[in-house]
Amino acid sequence: MDQREFANRRIQHMEMCDITKQFPGVLANNQVCIDVRAGEVLALLGENGAGKSTLMKILYGLYRPDAGEIRINDQTVPLHSPNDAIAQGIGMVHQHFMLVPTLTVVENIVLGLPSSKGIFLDLDVAAKRITELSQKYGLQVDPWAYVWQLSVGEQQRVEILKVLYRGADLLILDEPTAVLTPQEVDELIPTLEEMTRMGHSIIFITHKLREVMAISNKVTVLRNGQVIDTLATADTNQEALARMMVGRELLKEYDKAQVTLGETVLEVKSLCAKDDKGLPALKKVTFEVRAGEILGVAGVSGNGQRELADVIAGLQQATSGQVIIAGKDVTNKLPAYVIDAGMGYIPEDRLHTGTIPSFSISENVILKDNARPPIARGPFLDFEEIARYSKRLVQEFAVKTPTLETQVGNLSGGNIQKLILAREISREPAFLLAAQPTRGLDVGAMEYVHQRLLEQRAAGKGILLVSEELDEIFKLADRIAVIYEGQIMDILSIDQADREHLGLLMAGVTQAAD
Amino acid sequence: MKQSIWGKILILIGAVVGALLVGALLLLIAGANPLVAYRAMLIGPLSSRYGITEALVKATPLLLVGLGIVIAFRSGILNIGGEGQMVIGALAGSACALALPDLPGILLLPMTLLSSFLAGAVWGGIPGWLKARLSVNEILSTIMLNSIALQLVTFMLRGPLIDPQEIAYGTGFPQTAQLPEQSWLPRLIPRTRLHWGFVVALLLAGLVYVFLWRTSLGYRMRAVGAQKEAARYGGIQVENSLVLAMALSGGFAGLAGMVEVLGIHHRLLDGISAGYGFSGIVAALFGQLHPLGTIPAAILFGALTLGADMMQRAVEVPAAIVLTIQGLVVLFVVGSDVLMRRPDFLKRLLGKRMMPIPEETSQEEVPS
Repeated sequence: MDQREFANRRIQHMEMCDITKQFPGVLANNQVCIDVRAGEVLALLGENGAGKSTLMKILYGLYRPDAGEIRINDQTVPLHSPNDAIAQGIGMVHQHFMLVPTLTVVENIVLGLPSSKGIFLDLDVAAKRITELSQKYGLQVDPWAYVWQLSVGEQQRVEILKVLYRGADLLILDEPTAVLTPQEVDELIPTLEEMTRMGHSIIFITHKLREVMAISNKVTVLRNGQVIDTLATADTNQEALARMMVGRELLKEYDKAQVTLGETVLEVKSLCAKDDKGLPALKKVTFEVRAGEILGVAGVSGNGQRELADVIAGLQQATSGQVIIAGKDVTNKLPAYVIDAGMGYIPEDRLHTGTIPSFSISENVILKDNARPPIARGPFLDFEEIARYSKRLVQEFAVKTPTLETQVGNLSGGNIQKLILAREISREPAFLLAAQPTRGLDVGAMEYVHQRLLEQRAAGKGILLVSEELDEIFKLADRIAVIYEGQIMDILSIDQADREHLGLLMAGVTQAAD
Repeated sequence: MKQSIWGKILILIGAVVGALLVGALLLLIAGANPLVAYRAMLIGPLSSRYGITEALVKATPLLLVGLGIVIAFRSGILNIGGEGQMVIGALAGSACALALPDLPGILLLPMTLLSSFLAGAVWGGIPGWLKARLSVNEILSTIMLNSIALQLVTFMLRGPLIDPQEIAYGTGFPQTAQLPEQSWLPRLIPRTRLHWGFVVALLLAGLVYVFLWRTSLGYRMRAVGAQKEAARYGGIQVENSLVLAMALSGGFAGLAGMVEVLGIHHRLLDGISAGYGFSGIVAALFGQLHPLGTIPAAILFGALTLGADMMQRAVEVPAAIVLTIQGLVVLFVVGSDVLMRRPDFLKRLLGKRMMPIPEETSQEEVPS
């Protein structure tokens, strides 16, 4: 059956040839060629701004190329709109989900499609087909569940089902793992394998090397709008790919300066807090961070990390316990008080908490200092000083931007993160909390953020690093605290910690149970 | 990314023209000649000293209310309570002026204006506080407070504050006695109704601009309006900012009410707000929620309001049609906003039509 299905796929071979696309000031794609066959997974690898998304938007009919052509089964096809692309059997799963939270799964999937019952919905028929599809591809989801009830991973399955339901043979997945937890990524991989077995072709956009190696058959590396190389995944390795993607050698290991530990800059004592739903999110959390060290908080997403960070920063109330920053009790104090006590905070949500997207770079730089001299002179803002200060930060932290007046929402993720780093570090806090500081960043930007954090450690700041990436924690931390269901399972020094042991702790298994 | 100011003005003019074209159909149906009607409406206010000054007279409360709206909307809270805040301001100011008839004008006028500002601020601050502390929807609370304010003023005008002469003559018309003359806002041009309130409003527009864009406090309020979570993260007290924004917004509306009293009527009477509390919102939106942009917007709407009156007299159509045309202008202008925020939208809209369709496939707009 697979064989027959395989042969029935309308797209046996898709090629994009010599695609060029020019935007004002940027050559987004320069004579790019890629191709993918039925049953293949092509990984499209590149840093942010390398031209991956533009290329895929061209394939999906959202943009028109200035030059070049798209061929399906050796025939040139015009793709002028997503409708054309869908008609040809191309489907796209966007990075940001396009679902209506207040509708059910089945309603979301049939949205915009004609119904077999004329003006009445044929939801039962559709639900049946969805169930069939989800069984076939291993995409478990209840068709009658409301989308708002679903986890991020489940919502992504709905997006994939939506595309399959429309009969897509070629699926474009735009950074599908950026929003997933490691477990959800593990669940996605067999689904993709199942789809290729059925003859679908998949284009997988990513900048995570590990996933390229795990998922793809073939990889095309893009840099600055150009194809650097296309090779079989089996013939390459992560280091080589990283080099191609970034265009230089990356550091495998960081040099960690020897630092003598100083005073305790953060003390958390049997801290308890509740989550949005009123359930206990933190249970008697106790630890301390001393000047000159990085304490990594490892754990699977949703185990209390967000609450921990927000309670420390004063953005959320603690129900009991104590937070002491640089000797000052800041428990349940206003955020302004916590900032003054000496806390710098790189929040998890960099676009909506860390910055104001509609404000300019300069306006974002002064977010925490707008009433302090020399930024403020009396009640007024000193614009000369603000310009000088912003310019200095942008230069020192290599934020790529056309002007200081550019809206932050128009910057790339990496540059937004650099700007937040610039603001937080330049304020010289005694204690710095970095929550998921490199999530969604490409390797180049990631390395930059890591170096800056290590610099701060060497300068004698205490850093709490909350991260779901074990690699990151291993590279940076001096000690590791593992959090599971709001509890600190154990705190290990980096020399004692090994991945396997940590993995067990992260899953809630303690040594004793072994 | 950013559109030139001329592009924006062009879009706004286009919106007004579009509204007038649709309005022309209505006029035709009503049996009036649209050309004559629009001539009266558009040329009328510009063709005489009376027309120009009256347009500015109507622009004054629009601008004052609009400035308050700019502050509130920029701070992330919607103030639909301009009507109520206007009459409460006018009530407090009038009471103040009537209570202190012997004070010299140099003291009485500022005190009167200040008390109207404070009363409006309290009336606006209440929904602000309810929103900040109890998450009460400010649209509901401001609208409800409108009704309370209007009833309260009606009660005061029929009872405690009624003009003693009205009682003496037994007419009982709901209005206060004339306010002491030294409290009146002087006329700007003799033998017209244009008064110094217009100049005050212009100065305040500059002041609001400086406040919102040049001071720390204004920055904080805009930050709250643009992104609450980030503002909180940055150490800004979001709740206080919301209350302050609503209080200032209400204060400006209160001032608008009193300026109407002191500049035009010289006494408080029913219906002093005349819908300015709502049309001020439109003026502010039309002015791109910018204090300086609100100046021409208020003048334009002042002229349109006057022009509509003139049109009604010129072609003798029912007042409802005039109101409809005003409504159309508002709809088109608010609708044109999408073109300003997304310049590519217009290009795509036009592009689809003008580009030759090369292949046989039909091109439909894509719902994504």
